[in-house]
Amino acid sequence: MSAKIRKIIVSVEETQAEMGKPVSPPTRKATAIAVIENPYAGQFVQELKPLMDIGEELGGLLTKRCVEALGIPGGKAESYGKAAIVGENGELEHAAAILHPQMGKPVRAVLEKGAALIPSAKKRGGPGTPIDVPLGHKDAAFVRSHFDAVEVRVADAPRANEILVAIAVTDSGRPLPRVGGLQKHEIKGEDGLR
Amino acid sequence: MSLIQVRKFATVVEEVFHEGGPVAVKPFKQGACLAVIRNPYAGRYEPNIQPLMKDLEPLGVEMAKRLIAAMGVAPKAIEAYGKGAIVGTAGEIEHGALWHAPGGYGMRDVLGGTKAIVPSTKKVGGAGARLDVPLSHINAAYVRSHFGAMEVGLPDAPRDHEIVFILTMSTGARVHDRAGGLKASEIKGEDGLR
Repeated sequence: MSAKIRKIIVSVEETQAEMGKPVSPPTRKATAIAVIENPYAGQFVQELKPLMDIGEELGGLLTKRCVEALGIPGGKAESYGKAAIVGENGELEHAAAILHPQMGKPVRAVLEKGAALIPSAKKRGGPGTPIDVPLGHKDAAFVRSHFDAVEVRVADAPRANEILVAIAVTDSGRPLPRVGGLQKHEIKGEDGLR
Repeated sequence: MSLIQVRKFATVVEEVFHEGGPVAVKPFKQGACLAVIRNPYAGRYEPNIQPLMKDLEPLGVEMAKRLIAAMGVAPKAIEAYGKGAIVGTAGEIEHGALWHAPGGYGMRDVLGGTKAIVPSTKKVGGAGARLDVPLSHINAAYVRSHFGAMEVGLPDAPRDHEIVFILTMSTGARVHDRAGGLKASEIKGEDGLR
């Protein structure tokens, strides 16, 4: 089963200054969202493999959209995250089927690496529901400068029988990071943690 | 020295394939560019606010260019536009009105001379405030198929001493346009209305 996509929304946020202090180079976060039909809305279905396949398809598609919007090669991405909002006629497990089993592999293929777990969030909600997509460094989850989040929302989605699926990719950490911890130049990048 | 200090730029582009009807041969695209700037008149009543209007002109051009680049289309593919402003709470609605001339100027400059008024909305609001920015045809305001709106906002803006200025553009008619009225193919394009 492939995703029945109603719309795709791509956003880029570029921070040039904080408290009047320039951020150079600016930090940039991209998000790509697909609003899809939930094939299992309104019913309990035991076997969710088709949603896992949709997760795989959207993992590649949305990650490519993020990287294109940032105008960088995939390997230059620094942090990532993913999230889903299930419309009111679906269940949280539908989001889990999309996000967890098969989505990561195509995301990592686009970004050329990605040793770290892709942090995620999910909820059920109506149109306009915001969700904070967590962000962590793609090769070493403990890099403190890259812990962050980006809020996404779509005014008209998800409708009751839809699922909103989001991927976030950045080319940077927080603006002006200064709370210490593991630095990105210290990454070993072997275990996905440090 | 320019009065403009940008903290953040953001772009968002929506690509709509269908809304429950037939899948569009050419997807409808609409997008917005947002700029978060410091409000040089925040916290006081300033009688002469027009210097900011002049300084906003290059920002309008830059935002129009960023928006078209994010939409991934040629300027001639843009058929509708709109603009808006959200003024932080230490400012006044009149500060948002400074966007009328430079916002329109920026889009006309990049789109190559358009005839219709640029529809607009503005408000005073806190961080996270959302604004529905209207869209209508660039050369004939009465073209019914092109009336639309795009809800935009940023979770962390405007802070009280900031203003968010917004431009919106779209590539044409609503995805399942069938409410009649003046068609784009019937435009005379003389008075900006029909």
